[in-house]
Formats: sequence, C-alpha cells, structure tokens
Amino acid sequence: MLKKFKLSCDQATTICDKNQYGEASIKELITLKIHFIRCKICAIYTKQNTILSVFYKGCSKNHKEVKHCLSLDEKEALKTVLTQHKKL
Amino acid sequence: MSIQKHTLNTSKWVDNYADYLYNYSISRINNSDLAKDLVQETFFAGLKSANNFQGKATERTWLVSILKRKIIDHYRKINSKKGQAEVRMNFYEAGENEGSWLEERVPQNWHNASENKTENAELKSQLEVCMDRLPEKYAMVFKMKTIQEFETAEICKELDITSSNLWVIIHRARVQLRKCMEDNWFNN
Repeated sequence: MLKKFKLSCDQATTICDKNQYGEASIKELITLKIHFIRCKICAIYTKQNTILSVFYKGCSKNHKEVKHCLSLDEKEALKTVLTQHKKL
Repeated sequence: MSIQKHTLNTSKWVDNYADYLYNYSISRINNSDLAKDLVQETFFAGLKSANNFQGKATERTWLVSILKRKIIDHYRKINSKKGQAEVRMNFYEAGENEGSWLEERVPQNWHNASENKTENAELKSQLEVCMDRLPEKYAMVFKMKTIQEFETAEICKELDITSSNLWVIIHRARVQLRKCMEDNWFNN
C-alpha cells in the first residue's frame, strides 16, 4: 500500500517542476508531500525552484515586450531571392 | 451562402507576412538567424506548392501551417542529432540508488537568495547564459513553456511529443538551470 506513494528523488522533482506551472495532479502533490517527510534535499530543491520561477517570470515579461522585425534590407534581400526563385 | 475564396498574392508576401512569420518562428526557435532561414524556406515552399492552395484558409494561415511543419522538422532534427551535448546527469540512473540525487549534484543552501531582486539586469543576463547552456532541444521546450508561456497541449501538438515527454524535458532543463544558477549566481 505504502509503495504506491513512494517516489524517487528524480520522480519527486519532476512533480515539483510540473507544479511550478500549476499542472501537477492532487495525487502527485500528495505523494510529493510524503516524499518531503523523509527527503530534505528535494524540499530544498522545491524552495529554490519557486524562487527561480519568479525569475523566469521576469524574463518572460521582458521577452514578451520585445517585438521582432526584419530590417528593410533583409526584406529587400528576401524579395530578391524570392523573385529569382519564382523564375526558376 | 457563398464562402469567400482566398487567393495568393505572392508578390506581397514579404511585406505582408515576413514580420509575422519571423515573430512566430523566433518565439519557438530562439535563434534569429535560423528563424530568418525558416521564414525564407516557408516562402520557397509556399511558392512551390502554390498550385495546391485551395483558398479555404487565408494566405497567412496557410503560410503559418507550412512554417509549423518546418519547426517540427527542425525539432526532430535536433532531437535525433547524435552526440549532441546531453544534459548532465543529476540522478543515479541504475542500481539500488536509482532515481536518487548524485552526491555532487545535490542542491546546496543558497547564501544570498533573499537579497536578489528580479529587476536586476545582471541576474537576467546570468539566466540567459544558463538557458543558452542547455542543449538546444531542452532550451526550445523550456523556453516555449516558461518564457513564451504556451499551453502544454499546444507545445505537444506543435512539436509532436507526448506530455510525459514534455515534463521529462522540462524537469531536466530545470534541474540543470538550478545547478547553473547555484554555481554562477547564488553561491558564487
């Protein structure tokens, strides 16, 4: 019965990573909590993972604000190769 | 009721869609040169198969569907590349300790975790450095999920992978990133 709830550290941290996106199931979270009772390392991992998630969130906001454009030169070059390509 | 039939106007492609397609590909590929190449290839492929265009979808949707194929092809290529930099092992992979932390990869307490602010530009560049150190496949999936914030189902569909496959990749990427930040930022 208890074996059902036994996780390796590899599995536990996978659930923890999934949970950073709010996508771990209740059952997974329960087995994770049980794992923490006997494994302090994975508990540290989880704490640090949460800090990193905040950092990534900041990164994400930054990235989203950037709009990428091709330069006019690049567009002209692209037009040229496309016209050549059409002729072939 | 007649359904509007769409037509192709190939001479306007670059002006109308180049930026849109470039944004689309760079948010998935994270490499500007490669993203540009894929846009060019998409236009080439579009010209080649213009005769097959049935006018059911808009020109843009049709071009995006070609670009999506190119992105999957790229993902498959990096996924199957032999000898690509693998992510470092963090757990025992066999034996009685299977799935336990390798001693040298065990997370350490961070000395200065509370002093760090997310607005810090240095911190951001360190995060970028760590992400760039990930193998391409891991970086691609991790960034799509975490930085671009795509839904799991969408990434799975776009890259043609299963969700358990996705979580293993995210997990490996995050364990690697944690270690990289620990060594280069927190306990440096």
